[in-house]
Amino acid sequence: MGTKEIVTGNYAQSYAAKLARVDVISAYPITPQTTIVEKIAEFVAEGKLDADFIKVESEHSALQACLSASAVGARTYTATSSQGLLLMHELLFWAAGQRAPVVMGVVNRAVAPPWSIWTDHTDTMAQRDTGWIQVYCESNQEVLDTTLMAFRFAEREDVRLPAMVTEDAFYLSHTMESVDIPRQDEVDAWLPRRPRSHILEIGKIGRLGSFMGPDLYMEFRYTIAQAMEQARRAILETEAEFESRFKRSHGGFVEPYRCDGADAVLVTMGTATSTAREVVDSLREKGRKVGLAKLRVFRPFPAKEVRELAGLADRIGVLDRSYGFGYGGPAYLEVAGTLAGGPRKPLLRDFIGGLGGRDLTPPVIEGMFDALLAGNGDGDEVTWPDLHRAEEGV
Amino acid sequence: MARLTIPKEEYMLPGHVGCPGCGATLAMRYVLKGVGPRAIITVPACCWAVMSGAFPRTCVTVPFLDNAFEATGASISGLRAGLDKMGVKDATVVGFAGDGGTVDIGLQSLSGALERRTDAIYVMYDNEAYMNTGIQRSGSTPAGAWTSTTQGGKTGDWKREPKKDIMAIVAAHRVPYAATVSIGFPEDFVKKVEKAKAIRGPRFIHVFSPCPPGWKYPPEKTIEIAKMAVESNVFPLYEIVDGRYVVNRKPGRPRPVAEYLKVQGRFGHLHPAGVEAMQQEVDANWRRLLALERMTADAPLPAVRDEAVR
Amino acid sequence: MTRKPLRYVEDIPGGPFATVPTNEEGTAGWRTIRPVIHLEKCTRCNVCWKFCPDVAIDFDSEGFPVVLLDFCKGCGICANECVPKAITMEREE
Repeated sequence: MGTKEIVTGNYAQSYAAKLARVDVISAYPITPQTTIVEKIAEFVAEGKLDADFIKVESEHSALQACLSASAVGARTYTATSSQGLLLMHELLFWAAGQRAPVVMGVVNRAVAPPWSIWTDHTDTMAQRDTGWIQVYCESNQEVLDTTLMAFRFAEREDVRLPAMVTEDAFYLSHTMESVDIPRQDEVDAWLPRRPRSHILEIGKIGRLGSFMGPDLYMEFRYTIAQAMEQARRAILETEAEFESRFKRSHGGFVEPYRCDGADAVLVTMGTATSTAREVVDSLREKGRKVGLAKLRVFRPFPAKEVRELAGLADRIGVLDRSYGFGYGGPAYLEVAGTLAGGPRKPLLRDFIGGLGGRDLTPPVIEGMFDALLAGNGDGDEVTWPDLHRAEEGV
Repeated sequence: MARLTIPKEEYMLPGHVGCPGCGATLAMRYVLKGVGPRAIITVPACCWAVMSGAFPRTCVTVPFLDNAFEATGASISGLRAGLDKMGVKDATVVGFAGDGGTVDIGLQSLSGALERRTDAIYVMYDNEAYMNTGIQRSGSTPAGAWTSTTQGGKTGDWKREPKKDIMAIVAAHRVPYAATVSIGFPEDFVKKVEKAKAIRGPRFIHVFSPCPPGWKYPPEKTIEIAKMAVESNVFPLYEIVDGRYVVNRKPGRPRPVAEYLKVQGRFGHLHPAGVEAMQQEVDANWRRLLALERMTADAPLPAVRDEAVR
Repeated sequence: MTRKPLRYVEDIPGGPFATVPTNEEGTAGWRTIRPVIHLEKCTRCNVCWKFCPDVAIDFDSEGFPVVLLDFCKGCGICANECVPKAITMEREE
């Protein structure tokens, strides 16, 4: 067993990167990610982590530096938020295309303008098309464990895709929780440094990147799609291996909670899940049959597990902590799209909330369950509960 | 047979898809002769990203990494760190980028790499415009030139702004070594690359690289033009060694700039007044360069030294 | 040797990793004129080899330059730079 420490979600990331013995870190400061890289800099300065920390002049350069180091076989890590992640957008596609298993911590933060340092999922949702594995965490323990697991499943030969591990700004990044930090020898035994394939080596001919015409580019993109499919099994196998060694699990792709016999299920992501769990408990005590489903892995999108949800309840709501100007929020789109092709057609509702750090309180979430239970197919499919509107006298 | 004046070994292969008479191909050929086989190059979007051929082909025998357009500086930093961590200490990291990818979109990333004292050689091959995308003007296009985005016309909208002085920008970062080279002088070129290879820290090579379709001249004249640029002081050959300017070649009687301009269609529209203005500009730059040589002999600002250079 | 062009998902080696050297396939078709070296004038100064952008000039056993016609694009630099003017550019048939 490791040691129990009281640490922030950000430090959980730093400890994970240290335990994974990353070779190269390249990062640029942005609130609220800064303490991740400050802690890493402290580890490096104290000789506790034998890594090269390239203090680049922008996030765009940060990811390029990681990609180049990864291209010659190094294990790499970076972290960012919001504007920094947006600036990296071009290179996120590059990472997936180059099949570089970079691991990145993202502290979910709202995007400008106006400037906001508080949490929502817009930044990472805007990257869902890039080919990165995406996992949304609910606790600091989960942040540490998932980051460790990410190094493993990202580097698997059958995957070789970059992975981002997210945590809500301030709720996790700057909030201290009790976290079990594994021992270095335990992690070494579980996460070996194995040689990687498809890297550039001095003295060997090879070009990584290249260019392709219309006759082959599509087939190449398909290989990335195949890798993302293979990531499904890789993620589950890695979680099983982690659980058998460290005795902890965080729910796989989708973790249902008290969905047995539920009339309505709310799908949540990130720290809103913790609040929603308490609401479910209190509503169940009052005899209302509700449940929740924590959507943890967003990419690859867990279609099978979401379809199983439709078998559990006739009414499914999705709490989107971002808005993508599509047919509802991004999580809703994926859930609804998955269910559209499935055998069951539950009543679906999208709740946009918690943007820019707006607190998702138990009354607000209870209101979502009320709306789900009361709904009869009429009324708006997509609503913004807790939106302050003068007409409603709020 | 006369003794070869540059190393015989080739690390660039025929069969690449560069234009006939392309100057940039010789830039790569000479750089590779200077750095040798224990090297890795990283290349952004530019002619060289295409010249190496479509997948699955590559035209250099050293490993070649493609990087994003803006990010060659970041890429050399990443390569150096990655190689260090993989235990490879004897390889030269080379960034190889065009002028647009260096002085414009790549400037921030280059500045970062130099400021961090990245242990690598950054080569900018200068064909004085965005040639890969069709001859659009860059910050390195000389004043007075035709490009596809400075087409002159009735308003006289030629490129008006002077060429960005990348060597001065690099020098401001206090690098241990920077040098200008021309493909017209391969012996000087290779010697400077070999010299750079032996130095630790950030090193910069500015290559004068004529382009037949972009500068509008017949391909057989590439070397002639590369020589004329030096001999007319349009592109002087000099080094900055630990903050000291060393002018390598001082033509006793420089060729008139008019001769250099006459051979290139991109300057074909210049009136005698324009040619004279360019001659004065070239003369002023030359005088300043000689003054820098004198000044830095007495008061150089030497490169920052640190055993743990990156 | 001309390879069959790649077409299939199965042809892609798990990443955009190109390892086939370009000199397996020629670029002779690019040229309309070709260099002809008049050996009786050649002084074996190596300038033509030095300045060839296509690495398309090699040496024979006596050190005389030989044009690799599979790769020469006919740019004419060798003829332009040849010191004793021993190279002429002649139309391809």
